[in-house]
Amino acid sequence: MKAFTVLDGIVAPMDRANVDTDMIIPKQFLKSIKRSGFGPNLFDELRYLDEGQPGKDCSKRPLNKDFPLNFPRYQGAEILLARENFGCGSSREHAPWALEDYGFSCVIAPSFADIFFNNCFKNGILPIILPAAKVAELFTAMYADEGYKLKIDLPAQTVITPAGESIPFEVDEFRKHCLVNGLDDIGLTLQDADDIRAYESKLMTKSPWLFREHIA
Amino acid sequence: MKNMNLCYLMWLRNIAALKITLLVRMAERDMAGQTLYDKLWAAHLVKERDDGTALLYIDRHLVHEVTSPQAFEGLRLAGRSPWRVTANLATPDHNVPTEAVERSGGVEAIADEVSRIQVRTLDENCNEFGITEFSINDVRQGIVHVVGPEQGATLPGMTVVCGDSHTATHGALGALAHGIGTSEVEHVLATQCLIQKKSKNMLVRVDGELGPGVTAKDVVLAIIGKIGTAGGTGYAIEFGGDVIRKLSMEGRMTICNMAIEGGARVGMVAVDDITLDYVNGRPFAPSAAEWDEAVKYWRTLHSDSDAVFDATVVLNGADILPQVTWGTSPEMVLPINGIVPSPTDYTDPAKRSGCERALEYMGLSAGQAITDIKLDRVFIGSCTNSRIEDLREAAAVVRGKKVAANVKEALVVPGSGLVKKQAEAEGLDKIFIEAGLLWREPGCSMCLAMNADKLGAGEHCASTSNRNFEGRQGFGGRTHLVSPAMAAAAAIAGHFVDVRDWI
Ligand code: SF4
Repeated sequence: MKAFTVLDGIVAPMDRANVDTDMIIPKQFLKSIKRSGFGPNLFDELRYLDEGQPGKDCSKRPLNKDFPLNFPRYQGAEILLARENFGCGSSREHAPWALEDYGFSCVIAPSFADIFFNNCFKNGILPIILPAAKVAELFTAMYADEGYKLKIDLPAQTVITPAGESIPFEVDEFRKHCLVNGLDDIGLTLQDADDIRAYESKLMTKSPWLFREHIA
Repeated sequence: MKNMNLCYLMWLRNIAALKITLLVRMAERDMAGQTLYDKLWAAHLVKERDDGTALLYIDRHLVHEVTSPQAFEGLRLAGRSPWRVTANLATPDHNVPTEAVERSGGVEAIADEVSRIQVRTLDENCNEFGITEFSINDVRQGIVHVVGPEQGATLPGMTVVCGDSHTATHGALGALAHGIGTSEVEHVLATQCLIQKKSKNMLVRVDGELGPGVTAKDVVLAIIGKIGTAGGTGYAIEFGGDVIRKLSMEGRMTICNMAIEGGARVGMVAVDDITLDYVNGRPFAPSAAEWDEAVKYWRTLHSDSDAVFDATVVLNGADILPQVTWGTSPEMVLPINGIVPSPTDYTDPAKRSGCERALEYMGLSAGQAITDIKLDRVFIGSCTNSRIEDLREAAAVVRGKKVAANVKEALVVPGSGLVKKQAEAEGLDKIFIEAGLLWREPGCSMCLAMNADKLGAGEHCASTSNRNFEGRQGFGGRTHLVSPAMAAAAAIAGHFVDVRDWI
């Protein structure tokens, strides 16, 4: 997993509440058995005027000119500014994969759906929760200023605006440690393999029925 | 001197009294009862970390073809193997074809190439890693959330996870069950554990009794209508109260299934006789002496009477009418006698624009009666409502009637091969077919339209599934979530009707 320390990136808007994972990456793209290549289909139904299909060449599809990610000013954006309950709906990890593949490393919103929030950390994306009023301010500032950038300093846990305002944010220590060091969760957990084995042997005595083999 | 002594004695007595009060308070806190969720959590705790996260042991991992390929790919890339192979059980469900002809040819006959690759990849991965799989035409195949309980592969007291957000379904058995993402699928495969943070406790109590024709689906839609789609975020929900206690396991599964639509990853119901009767004799369930031992433990799986919940929501069963969603979020729901709302009904600007957008997408206008919504298709199925009881309910409504002319297609898709077999043994398939509904092979089908079953743009569908998001059942499709009985009645009438008038 790639490490996340300091990011200085263009901000793009997703200015509606309850953006669900179906909207982030429509289900027809879930059929892939790969982990990469979902970027061109991020927000597919909003971004294009036709219906997206896996394997369809997105560079030849009609763009929805009213959708901000298609505006020249937001090209190369790495930070997505969003509203309440971002990432609700199904647990598909393709949602953070699509965001990441598109180039986003950070999403800022007043609130996130639980599963999506967790999935972000596992894929090198930093989800930042800021108060709704602060997010509203950022939206206003971003709309007013073409090429608006924010600096995200994860070690210092601050968002720094072009005006120099430093906005603190909370992040779970463990998640932060993993992101900053690009550590994969499994490797970390396997450091506790002895504890897992000890738990398992206790469980085998207490609830032996959980360990019966079944004939298929 | 005498006075001083008295003062001293009184002082001593006060101190003693204070001490006792403090001790009692401390004891109260320590002994405050545990919720069902607290108990399940504590029983699976491998290790707590300093940062408040915990390593939680996973007893059962259910695997399907959509969220697992990348996890297996990850295992292979890292040279890892499953920690405990027998804890896993797999079945393809999301994109298996449901038409008998296409289905009969097995994996290689799946017309859609991408679907075929996914189902084939699941077979290959299960073979390679030695995981038990009920493959496409095994009679035990079906939607994971139907198959798990049906096989006794999910049991009370277990932690159950699956790369699918409707995993809370299994909480109906008194298990701690929730959906996970693909990298967590890989994590569970490799370590049999998950890194978790404990949720808060919410009790949703449904008191009293349900009226005739009102089902578990109506209850859960009413709950979501009340708490909203984010109302349960951060909580594990326990469903309790007389209404829940009287529900069958199928009904409880329907309710827990949609916990996620209320924002909660976990939904649960305490273990009682209904639970034990359901589990007893299932293929993966313990038997003989082990059964007795298990039951002794399972009997403890309920919230203590003095357990403290962080939030409690109460509904009265008698107030719940058959429900229909009118919008593009499960919280946009109304009783059957309802009137489609107007954006001006909302003061919150986000809600107002949400309503506006939903009306436009759904092609509805404010003030329209729910019963005036005409239907193009009907879907009876999904992990919410594809169990035998659901099919019986629907069959009872359509028996001897005919699907309305304006309904292009009404699908009935059983949740598993065994549900299908049971339904056929009861003659339900004939009732459906005679009424003009289509009887299909088991799978997720039109719940998410990953296979060939989908809505056309602009089509209205009465669906027993769990999500009515834009495009969920097909590009531009308009989903109305309802109970099986309501979907069946709508199929016959061609528009929504109050099924209570039909029984
Ligand atoms: S039936 Fe629908 S909600 Fe349930 S597992 Fe299948 S796709 Fe998911």
